[in-house]
Amino acid sequence: MNRFNYLFTSTKGLILVAISLVSLITGIFGTLSGPMVEWGVRDLTVGILGMDLNPAERAGRIIMLYHTIAMSIVAIEVYMITSIIPMKKYEQRNINAIITFGYIIAMIAGLGFAYWGHNFSLHGIFLVGQSLVFFAGLMLAVALNPWKKIYYVTNNEYAHTKKGVDMERMAFFVMAVAMLISAGFGAVTGSFWSNGHETFLAEDLIRDPNKTALQKAIVGHLHIMLTLIAVAITLIVGRWMNFKGAFHKIAMPTMIFGTLVISGGVWSVVWTHMAHTFIYIGSVFVMLAALLLVIFSWKKLINDRIAERGLSNPTFFQKFAALFHDPIKFGPFWQMVFMNFTVSGVGIFMAIKLDQIFRVWPAREERITLTGHWHILAALIATIIIMYFVDISGIKGKTRKWFGWLLIIGSDTAFASMTIFSMKRLIVENETAQQGLMDKVMLLADFGLGIILVMMLMLLLWRLFDLFKKKGIWTEESVNQELTVEKTSNPVLNIERDTFNTEGGEK
Amino acid sequence: MKKIIFATFILLGLFGCNSQPVINTETELIETGINPDTWITIPAGTFFSGMVPHEKLIDYDYEMMLTHVTNGQYAKYLNEAFSKGIIKIYKDSILGFYKGDPFDNYLHEEEITAGDKLFLALNKSGTHIRFTSETFNVDKGFDNHPVINVTWFGANAYAKFYHYRLPTELEWEKAARGKDTRAYPWGNEISSRITNYKSSNTVLHNILGGNVARTTPVGYYNGKTYDGFETEDNRSPYGLYDMGGNVWQWVGDDYPKVHYRYMRGGSFTNYEYNIFVWARNSAGPDYSSINIGFRCARDISKNAKEANADDNSVIDNTQVNNE
Repeated sequence: MNRFNYLFTSTKGLILVAISLVSLITGIFGTLSGPMVEWGVRDLTVGILGMDLNPAERAGRIIMLYHTIAMSIVAIEVYMITSIIPMKKYEQRNINAIITFGYIIAMIAGLGFAYWGHNFSLHGIFLVGQSLVFFAGLMLAVALNPWKKIYYVTNNEYAHTKKGVDMERMAFFVMAVAMLISAGFGAVTGSFWSNGHETFLAEDLIRDPNKTALQKAIVGHLHIMLTLIAVAITLIVGRWMNFKGAFHKIAMPTMIFGTLVISGGVWSVVWTHMAHTFIYIGSVFVMLAALLLVIFSWKKLINDRIAERGLSNPTFFQKFAALFHDPIKFGPFWQMVFMNFTVSGVGIFMAIKLDQIFRVWPAREERITLTGHWHILAALIATIIIMYFVDISGIKGKTRKWFGWLLIIGSDTAFASMTIFSMKRLIVENETAQQGLMDKVMLLADFGLGIILVMMLMLLLWRLFDLFKKKGIWTEESVNQELTVEKTSNPVLNIERDTFNTEGGEK
Repeated sequence: MKKIIFATFILLGLFGCNSQPVINTETELIETGINPDTWITIPAGTFFSGMVPHEKLIDYDYEMMLTHVTNGQYAKYLNEAFSKGIIKIYKDSILGFYKGDPFDNYLHEEEITAGDKLFLALNKSGTHIRFTSETFNVDKGFDNHPVINVTWFGANAYAKFYHYRLPTELEWEKAARGKDTRAYPWGNEISSRITNYKSSNTVLHNILGGNVARTTPVGYYNGKTYDGFETEDNRSPYGLYDMGGNVWQWVGDDYPKVHYRYMRGGSFTNYEYNIFVWARNSAGPDYSSINIGFRCARDISKNAKEANADDNSVIDNTQVNNE
């Protein structure tokens, strides 16, 4: 029972469960496509698990898979937010309980519906799960209310209004509210499913000049949800690094404004072509806030390491070495920079060269570039979460370095390879010669992804075996349940301790 | 640790180097026993279109080619058209006139004006048709492979030359799917024994060699065994071969506002979800690729229509007309 309590009531345990489930799903369902088909692995998976893969339902299956994984990731972010942002203990407990129950039943019922025959009672349960996740989101938004005076900031190092409203809390709040509205965008369309609205993949509509309002809403929904997940993880790792000072004061209002504009832009896509202009403007602000965080974090990493080594007058190379000393803390911010080459850069380049290059290529290749760049964004976010999780797990020393560097090298090799793959025509003009390039980048992508999968397997097996130990890490994490961060405000000082969530696992 | 990281980067660098592939300019002719000059009648009637099936009606009979247009057929056309002065050669490109498309001035719309357009790029890697001694010839052994690197303009010109036309998307889909809601022209399962698609790579590499433009002869998958490789019959319900896999097929529709030209059927470079009968691809009409070819449709003359009046069934009662 202690283990059950750890896994399903403590922040660290809940994160472990969600990461394990996502890994399991990725591992199993990743065998159903790509080269796995040719190697016969898919037939093995389908045979062993008794799946029912009707070809006409492929798009629906993929949509369901995206939803189950996305909701787990949202749950992980919520666990982190409820731990690092001051709120009442009962709020944290209720939000976590509801979202956990919601995403797990949505995952089980959703995948059951999609991959094991269309049992509509399972689809109904999937909707219940989604609704619970949404309800947990509403509760989170209420808990994050930045105008509550007890959460006003008194420390001048953190961004706040003249009255003391915590701008970082406001950024989380705006992100949460925007995500709820954006989820509604998808839900409204989903409610028309089979009642006038048909299943489709957004990438199949790219060249259709006559998209319906429901189709546009879905395209907007998937883009903004992923964007907001990215905004959330940026804010979370910012708190992990104790983001503060002048950059914090610029970044937080910038992030809030960017989130509002980008979300509004996406919602307006149903009505106006101008939507893209809003999205571009919002993106600039969000990316600027992220850039400030990257600069702050790297500077902090350098300064902390230099201080640790006791160097009073460090050389450039000593500073350089200090930056790379801890890959687990360097990695998330490097991935944000790398994101510009494989996601933002590709997106902007596609937008600029749309008529000259991309609309000239066959649709199937434009489709690969489009799906590729947002799959990469999702995967980069996942690597950032993994790095934070490694830190939470207390991995230190050489293991920490090996894990960090291999994760960075493996993922970046894979994602760079896939970016080259999707834009191969810009690199090798001769179509038949592209095959050689494609074979090599596919090999590199498999190499990179293979590294990540092996490391994730090792990490999770280690955590699994740990659960069988009487005094494993899990016992320590049962006591120290919350993520160790410096908070922007400390209401514990003013209010009774045990009604609040604080570090150290009291209660 | 540092050494391993260094070695990893060296390894990545080596993998990153690119080399030019060897394209076969001749191969062993594979006899499939299928005559590409054969036409199949598709009777008027309803069918199901799309991934989410919608019943559609085509209220006239029409004919479609049993297979893709082959290199041999296209070279024959080029020779006839060249002798009549309909096409011309300019810097390795075969050009011909196209009348242009109506322009709607829509966002991102590319105007297709009247003028000489690219039909086929000679000497483009993968093309097996060559122009030597004032004649178009086909590389040895590739006569019955589908013509590739042909633009939509080139496909359309071929069809018009013989008073055929490119099929519409709906005509194509009906010919591929028959009357039920199957996913592939031959049924609901796919394997490397039934069509030439991405996952056939390992099998075909051993049979066809290492050429990159890995087309198979038209009608290759007909249940015949080639050097110990047993194929399955991939005919559609109306009896057409290769309506999924081998190379994409241009279809004739010109949609307002965009003027992309659509392709159906998937190709040897694509995974199975591109082989579905509802899968679409598109490109500009001047685009050509090693994985795009075409087949033609034609209207049935009144006499032939009457002769076929009693026939509305599929597969076993297919009307086969050898030209």
